[in-house]
Amino acid sequence: MLRYLLPLGLFFCLVIIFIYGLQHDPRQIPSPFIDKPAPAFKLSTLHAANIDVQLDDLKGKVSLLNVWASWCVACRTEHPLLVAMAKDNPVNLYGLNYKDTREDAIDWLKQLGNPYIESAFDQTGKTGIDYGVYGVPETFVIDKEGIIRYKHIGPLNKQDIDNIILPMINQLASPTS
Amino acid sequence: MIKTGVFILFLVLNLSAIAADDPVEFKNPELQKRYYALIEEIRCLVCQNQSLADSHADLAQDLRNEIYSKVLAGEQDDQIVSFLVERYGDFVLYRPPLTKNTWLLWFGPFVFMLIGIIFAIILIKKQSTNKAVPTELDEVQQQRLTELLKKDIKRDKE
Amino acid sequence: MIPELGHFTLILALAMAIIQTIFPLAGAANGNQAWMALARPVARLQFLFISIAFGVLIYSFLSNDFSVAYVAQNSNSLLPAIYRLSAVWGAHEGSLLLWALILSLWTTAVTFYSKRLPVFFLARVIAVMGSVSVGFLLFMLLTSNPFERLLPIPADGSDLNPLLQDPGLIIHPPMLYMGYVGFSVAFGFAIAALLGGNLDSSWARWSRPWTLLAWMFLTIGIALGSWWAYYELGWGGWWFWDPVENASFMPWLIGTALIHSFAATEKRDVFKNWTILLAICAFALSLLGTFLVRSGVLTSVHAFATDPERGIFILILLGFFVGGSLLLYALRAPSTIKGGQFKLFSRETLLLFNSILFLVAMLTVLLGTLYPLIAEALGMGKLSVGAPYFNAVFIPVMAPVALLIGIGAIVKWKQDDYKRVARQLRFLLLASVVIGVVLSVTFFDNHLVRTCAGIVAALWVTFTSIAALLARLKHRQNKLIALQTIPRGFYGMTIAHIGFAVTIIGITITSQHSVDLHERMAPGDKVEFADYQFSLEELRPTTGPNFKATEAVVKVEKNGVYVTDLHSQKRIYTVRNMPMTEAGIDSSLMRDIYISLGEPLDGEAWSIRLYHKPFVRWIWLGAIFMALGGLLAATDRRYRLKVEKNNAALVEETAASLKP
Repeated sequence: MLRYLLPLGLFFCLVIIFIYGLQHDPRQIPSPFIDKPAPAFKLSTLHAANIDVQLDDLKGKVSLLNVWASWCVACRTEHPLLVAMAKDNPVNLYGLNYKDTREDAIDWLKQLGNPYIESAFDQTGKTGIDYGVYGVPETFVIDKEGIIRYKHIGPLNKQDIDNIILPMINQLASPTS
Repeated sequence: MIKTGVFILFLVLNLSAIAADDPVEFKNPELQKRYYALIEEIRCLVCQNQSLADSHADLAQDLRNEIYSKVLAGEQDDQIVSFLVERYGDFVLYRPPLTKNTWLLWFGPFVFMLIGIIFAIILIKKQSTNKAVPTELDEVQQQRLTELLKKDIKRDKE
Repeated sequence: MIPELGHFTLILALAMAIIQTIFPLAGAANGNQAWMALARPVARLQFLFISIAFGVLIYSFLSNDFSVAYVAQNSNSLLPAIYRLSAVWGAHEGSLLLWALILSLWTTAVTFYSKRLPVFFLARVIAVMGSVSVGFLLFMLLTSNPFERLLPIPADGSDLNPLLQDPGLIIHPPMLYMGYVGFSVAFGFAIAALLGGNLDSSWARWSRPWTLLAWMFLTIGIALGSWWAYYELGWGGWWFWDPVENASFMPWLIGTALIHSFAATEKRDVFKNWTILLAICAFALSLLGTFLVRSGVLTSVHAFATDPERGIFILILLGFFVGGSLLLYALRAPSTIKGGQFKLFSRETLLLFNSILFLVAMLTVLLGTLYPLIAEALGMGKLSVGAPYFNAVFIPVMAPVALLIGIGAIVKWKQDDYKRVARQLRFLLLASVVIGVVLSVTFFDNHLVRTCAGIVAALWVTFTSIAALLARLKHRQNKLIALQTIPRGFYGMTIAHIGFAVTIIGITITSQHSVDLHERMAPGDKVEFADYQFSLEELRPTTGPNFKATEAVVKVEKNGVYVTDLHSQKRIYTVRNMPMTEAGIDSSLMRDIYISLGEPLDGEAWSIRLYHKPFVRWIWLGAIFMALGGLLAATDRRYRLKVEKNNAALVEETAASLKP
């Protein structure tokens, strides 16, 4: 009798996997960087080609690194939230301007506001590759020691900022952690 | 659900950014072969399910360029692969590496085969010791047989 | 009002399907002839109503009725009429309607060609198929109504996905669905046999032609899909091991096991439970494919717009039908009477191994397809399983099939003398190896081992198939008459097996010896590639009804002799602003030359890809042979015997089973 139930048992296992699968988006790819040191970079700033910005500038405080571009339409929906967040909270927010032109990017910031302390200008996208960027916008939470603690792929929304990003920054910033 | 929708949206938008498709040149056919083999087996991240070789996406072109320059610079395949895996995870490999997480994947088919063969042998052994086919009909079959025979007889008479 | 008519007839069809399920089942349970008699007319009415709904959707597309949301999303006033027709099944809702239409078509076909089935049995078959129909009609009406209206009415539609604007896509989905859904007939027969307890070999004989037909359609459907991908996706591949392709391939593998297992069950009364299980499995995999394609659990190049809520619904359907039937199997199968006996070296054994190999092949594809999901569910992270994995694993699993095909057709039922068979086959084996090696070495200078293995396997399959045919003529005086007395089923098998060999040749040579070149070319440029000279004659702008394009004209010469002009276009479909490549292909039996226009580079230059693909046509040619073989076998005379004759046969059979 038992062996006749075997097909049913196997099918049951499949169904459990499918139930799991239905609750997860197959396109969300976890970053292998979580809890690993952020890759070093040294790029010129967006506004001044002769001034450099590098990873060390972010260290010492909990930072956000937001990858953005003026050609990226989804960034447009996210941007006002970043502006508001930077205004209301003392966040160490850096930008990584990805595969863009200086002209377009600066215009874009003029138009929509500049929440970033500084934006690194990654024209070739090499730093983007080092950070495993594949869908702009992306946002990294980097702690005081320069360890990546969280990565968000796609545009942030209000809930993401209030429920995930800000609490995480506060937690990482508290001296006990 | 909405999240998925937005996600697809920006992937699509991202795809429509500048796409380049510049052919690469190799002096050394050996390097060329390695380059093409590599881009065939690396998954494009922004596409639905395509390799770097097949993809027109911008990021795919960047990664092709990256691989191209690394191949020219004399890096070995495993160095290039681990460069990509460090950044994007095992997800980029269409040929998953053999680790304890993929034992089932790689050995599964051969385990299935083994089980199948054992099953077949048991089945064949068992049936050859079976009792012969039952020699009597049950009631329903008997009735049906009678009916059929009657019909046949009737037809023969006609 | 017309779209509402479609919606209304769908609801009527659902009502019919419910009646079709309940009354015949109940009638069969308590012997009520009138209730059982409902099965036929109600099933036909259901077909009529779904046909009307389908006609309404076609009408909505042809008349550009953009007040219907589905039309607005998948059509456009500039879309050529033929693509407006195929757009009917171009996306989720409409293709589901096609699914339901084809299911009711198969059911109706069963009602017409079932005069010799016992009333009880037929009632159950129709009821089971009706229950599947209930599930899908409910799914459509509750989550995916193709007739939903859109307000405000858009001025124009957002066009059909350009990938689907292609002649291949007009017939590919209907063929594929005829195959997928056709397995519902075998499923219906299997469940009816389980329900009625008549697990003898007769159900196998009844459902065998239906299954062969479904298998034939599925073969054609898959081949068309592969051919379409080859010329439409623009990078010359013909099989990608994408989840959606795998979803159609798995039922095919099990269907293949099933048609072979039927042979053993019908002829020798063996493997009865096994055959039932395969029949359930084939249809379960069709449902699974529907789930994988539409639920969004996997990423694929050509999945439908996905939606987890729909996924849950299909999963419930899947759980009900597959879980239910496997439970029924577990309850009923143990009481099956054991069938005929056979020795280790017999055709039965070989057919059993055939089943097992195809089952293992299917499980391999299933494992690879679902492994990303399994790995994630078990917390092992995200990974991808792609073509390199499948090619590495699938080929060793399938290789023994090629070996066994040859032996299977020659070995006798019940038991055979392996020495006799060895004597008969050793010469053929030697011939296959020698000719295979000679051919490989003469015509190819790299990848020799694999090429040789493929060619030898194909020759072996061909030679032994022909030998089996000749063996049937051996002791006959008049060979011509003897040829006529060989049943069609046997010819079908021979042709299908040779088709398999043809496909092996195609796959082997194409994958080992295709070459390609990625080149920067400006008008006037010339390249030498694969013994051909390609010159880019001109690049010209051109327009179609709903796209703008750049067309490259490439002149192909061989040793200075003109071969052909190839035209490849880079199109931009204006409504969706989506780029598409139209490849330029010169095809012949021995090789395809394939060009595809890439992207504009600086100046006048464009990137162009050139491919030389030897024997690629053989892949699909073999599939045509296989399908033809299936058709021949399905129309074998013994399935079309008249009622009276059949009764006589039954008498004989029953009498035979009386003998000890």
